[in-house]
Amino acid sequence: MAEKPKVPVIEGWFTLEPQPSLIGLRCGGCGSYFFPKTQASCINPTCGGGEFEEVELSRTGRIWSYTQNCYSPPAPYVSPDPFVPYTVAAVELEREKMVVLGQVSPDVDVEALEVGTEVELTIGTLYEDEQSEYLMWNWRPVAA
Amino acid sequence: MDEIAVLGVGMHPWGKWGRNFVDYGVKAARDALQDAELDWNEVQFVSGANTVRCGYPGYVSGSTFAHALGFTGAQVASSYSACASGTTALATARAQILSGSCEVALVVGADTTPKGFLAPNQGERWDDPDWLRFKLMGVTNPTYFALYARRRMELYGATARDFAKVKVKNSQAGVNNPNARYRKAFTLEEIEASPVVASPLRLLEICATSDGGAAVVVSSVDYARRHGIANPVKIAGISTVLPRYPEQIIEMPYLATDSAAGTGWPDGGFRDTIPKRAYAESGLGPEDLDMAEVYDLSSAFELDWYEHLGLCKPGDAEKLLNDGETSLGGRVPVNASGGLGAFGEAVPAQALSQICELTWQLRGQSGPRQVQGARAGLCINYGLFGHGSCVILQR
Repeated sequence: MAEKPKVPVIEGWFTLEPQPSLIGLRCGGCGSYFFPKTQASCINPTCGGGEFEEVELSRTGRIWSYTQNCYSPPAPYVSPDPFVPYTVAAVELEREKMVVLGQVSPDVDVEALEVGTEVELTIGTLYEDEQSEYLMWNWRPVAA
Repeated sequence: MDEIAVLGVGMHPWGKWGRNFVDYGVKAARDALQDAELDWNEVQFVSGANTVRCGYPGYVSGSTFAHALGFTGAQVASSYSACASGTTALATARAQILSGSCEVALVVGADTTPKGFLAPNQGERWDDPDWLRFKLMGVTNPTYFALYARRRMELYGATARDFAKVKVKNSQAGVNNPNARYRKAFTLEEIEASPVVASPLRLLEICATSDGGAAVVVSSVDYARRHGIANPVKIAGISTVLPRYPEQIIEMPYLATDSAAGTGWPDGGFRDTIPKRAYAESGLGPEDLDMAEVYDLSSAFELDWYEHLGLCKPGDAEKLLNDGETSLGGRVPVNASGGLGAFGEAVPAQALSQICELTWQLRGQSGPRQVQGARAGLCINYGLFGHGSCVILQR
């Protein structure tokens, strides 16, 4: 049986190769970054406006905070059966001066995390159905 | 800013009653009118706080409640600003009164909520951040509360025990509130034995979703005097502010904060700025408050609010709590109603329920949970997508 195709769960938010990264926007006028890239123009009200360029956000950052979710969330989240707790981290990117959420790679023990832990962007499987395996970004502690 | 008067308040008890939200709103409205000694036919403006969980009638709540009370030809408006909706509806009524468009108004909010986590709207909604946060990473509301709690532990050395103590305090207050859903005094042991929902927060420390309704009758101060109330409770300040760019705290329902790369870090975040507008309008400051009702979506979150309100410096909230200053009998009791911990949240009614509580307290009608000699109080919450909500009442 052929292997299922692996596809990003959402188009245009992150790259898979050569290294995974989040795709954001940078305002040429004020230097602010935006993620996800849903803005049509700069939302910094003190910025006179400028050209937007598409940029890859920093692939590493430090944990601002984190939590382990112990109950299955409602749809549209697709939970495995039986449910497996998962960890969500808020990660601060130094260059962009912003915080981005993401699930922590499922094999990482939550006890190994601390505020300030350096993490990098990786790709993991969020869920799969009969057609495809759906990929999403994860945060993962940088190997010591 | 000129003051307006609170003529009457009313609530339908919080719970999981499973009835139409209109029933709760009408019960609260009738109680508020009775409390105000005002005939429904005298109300000149109806201001509804909407619910988005009860179909079309919830989107036009002012009209829905008015219809259930009997159409009188009064003016109407309906407001939605998520958990801030009650304050927005109150601010709309105040604007009508202070502009001279009406003299007396009824503000009503009520909700019927589903069991469990609040969920996004149905369907495939790839442009809706509230849908995407569930779809892409299962970020529930308690996930955000837990991120703030863990951050507080890191920044200020708060402990899980501190968080549990907030719940103990509020549950003891809730025992004495006939409108509270949970009227049980929980012990530290019971709280710490409840299951972890989103670490470090436990089930008994996270706000539930509830059914409930609350209503407030407001008027010009002059109308109140003509109505025979010489010394009414007055609304001295209202804040319905937006955040300012860039917001550096990750807020529901977003997956990323703004970037400060183009501006530098701002001086304080959204939650710090919400009360400032209400303080400025009222001419009062945190030192003038006798009590506060704050938005304890989680036990840990209550501690953040002590600091956002200026009741203490950042990092001192645990000391304020542990010294008993925010308990009944302390310097500035917080959530003498029992707070969301004892109520659960009925979204459009929540801010109005805080105003009911402050009104009863400032009149000295709160029985065993009375804050002695209360003259000024503040209530605060905020709504999804950046809606500030803060009201200062005084007598």
